[in-house]
Amino acid sequence: MAQAAAVAKPPAPPRRRRTSATPRRLPYLLIAPAALLMLGFIAYPVLSVFYYSLQNYNPTKPWRNGYAGFDNFVHAFTTDPVFWDTLVFSAKWVVVEVGLQLLFGLALALIVNQTFAGRALGRAMVFSPWAVSGVLTSAIWVLLYNSQTGITRYLADMGIGSYGTSWLSDTSTVFPAAIVADLWRGVPFFAILILADLQSVSKDLYEAAEVDGASRIQQFWHITLPHLKDAIVLSTLLRAVWEFNNVDLLYTLTGGGPAGETTTLPLYIANTSVDAHNFGYASALTTVAFVILLFCSMVYLRLSKFGGQDK
Amino acid sequence: MITKEATKVAPAPARPTLDPPRPLKAGHNWDEVPRWQIYLPLSIYLVFTLIPFYWILLFAVRPPGSTSLLPWPMTFQHFEKVWTERSFGTYFENSVLVGVATLLMTTLVALAGGYALARFNFKVKRAFMLGLLCSQFVPGALLLVPLFEIFAELQMINSLGSVILAETVFQLPLSIILISNFIKNVPYSLEEAAWVDGCNRFTAFRIVVLPLLRPGLIAVGSFAFVHSWNHFLFALMFLNNQEKQTIPVGLNTLMSADSVDLGALAAGGIIAAVPVVVVFAFIQKWLITGFSAGAVKG
Repeated sequence: MAQAAAVAKPPAPPRRRRTSATPRRLPYLLIAPAALLMLGFIAYPVLSVFYYSLQNYNPTKPWRNGYAGFDNFVHAFTTDPVFWDTLVFSAKWVVVEVGLQLLFGLALALIVNQTFAGRALGRAMVFSPWAVSGVLTSAIWVLLYNSQTGITRYLADMGIGSYGTSWLSDTSTVFPAAIVADLWRGVPFFAILILADLQSVSKDLYEAAEVDGASRIQQFWHITLPHLKDAIVLSTLLRAVWEFNNVDLLYTLTGGGPAGETTTLPLYIANTSVDAHNFGYASALTTVAFVILLFCSMVYLRLSKFGGQDK
Repeated sequence: MITKEATKVAPAPARPTLDPPRPLKAGHNWDEVPRWQIYLPLSIYLVFTLIPFYWILLFAVRPPGSTSLLPWPMTFQHFEKVWTERSFGTYFENSVLVGVATLLMTTLVALAGGYALARFNFKVKRAFMLGLLCSQFVPGALLLVPLFEIFAELQMINSLGSVILAETVFQLPLSIILISNFIKNVPYSLEEAAWVDGCNRFTAFRIVVLPLLRPGLIAVGSFAFVHSWNHFLFALMFLNNQEKQTIPVGLNTLMSADSVDLGALAAGGIIAAVPVVVVFAFIQKWLITGFSAGAVKG
């Protein structure tokens, strides 16, 4: 982004960009479709969410609709018994999920970056779950966790777990079960991003380190990791935002249950708006989610000194 | 290179620093990683990756009531049932339509926007880029209600157009950033040379830049296709008519049915997975070059 800031200074830099017969309007024409689409279908909806958050708005109870001030927010923070639970679960979900994805994704990327026989096939297989997401991941893991015929039954035969329980309907197992299902398709994504960046590390650095007698672990800490830092920071942030916002998997895998054990804030919002039609309250919750996301991202970028001078 | 697990098991022996420098091999020193440190963790991970795929295949071809762990005897009755009785044929067509339309729209719009960002300085550039970044934090799922109202206003509820538009819009920010990075990697002087030879901007772009953008465009387009293929909330919300539904919604119906028909669910899952897996296997090579060219270094 520093790059963008540098080129976007009001007086056009003295490069010979306008020497061709280019109308000044061209860039505006080029961004117009994207800008209009995003204004209409992202910016406007965001603003209307802010607006609705101050309203009582429920199409099934039109007599109560109208300006509500900050009642929705007050209700969320003081009297809603579910809200805080969903916040805690969201935090737990994002931290555990993204942490594990980063760890395994990094390891996986380092492995498939080696040259070895069968690498292309290995990569393709390892990455394949990335293409499978949301509902399909849920469908697959519903089959695996099925209490009668799922893998749980065969594991019980081997003495792991017990018969006839579905890991998705037991409050003590549902969290790890959902985590594993999401890891299955999340790790490859991380691995792809990190692998892409690994390929741009100059081999000379390693050769020089080799000559100097650095061990492989030292090379990892002093060459690979610093090089990957920006990629890791950015992909972790994007992934965290995505894991926080994504409702497809949990909605279809657990439906937020059992007993609300796996309800993230966005899932709670989806339920509040789609099932309960309480659009005003859902909008207030959305606003809260939005603020939390922005705040956490800023703190994260600040703490990680993203794009700092160290590079 | 090494994994965390691997290093615990066998720390690399410290190399005596006084060794005379050895002649450097062709390739690089990672070739020295013991093979088992590659194959062992990779195999473990492959088992984890492949078991779910195997499981769904198994359920899809196993006759009802069988508990065998081998897909034998094999039956295709679940596929027939899902394709005809559960109208996955229709869902499939709709999903293909949504996927291809999203791919085309996203690529075209992002190509225009990305070119503008890569090659011009203009007044609203900074604001536009800021908008792109901020929109990454906007959860699509949470805008369902206002989006529903907009599409109702546009009389687009129950038309695939609503889903195509919504999917395109949410693919755009990342696609524009990616494409503009790809274009930045193509030297501007190449285009200028083409102008000197008498091309106008558009032809110069078409014959000089576009061929070089191919890996990037494949990455962006396949991203758009796979995302719209898999995504489900927009279709669930904006399409009430069963005739218009897409594959993920069909799968969700199979899952939330009172008595879940596991064979049908598995067969439906495979029908849902095949196109993306095929696309993915095909583009895998370009995807990584595409990403390394532009993705993360935005």
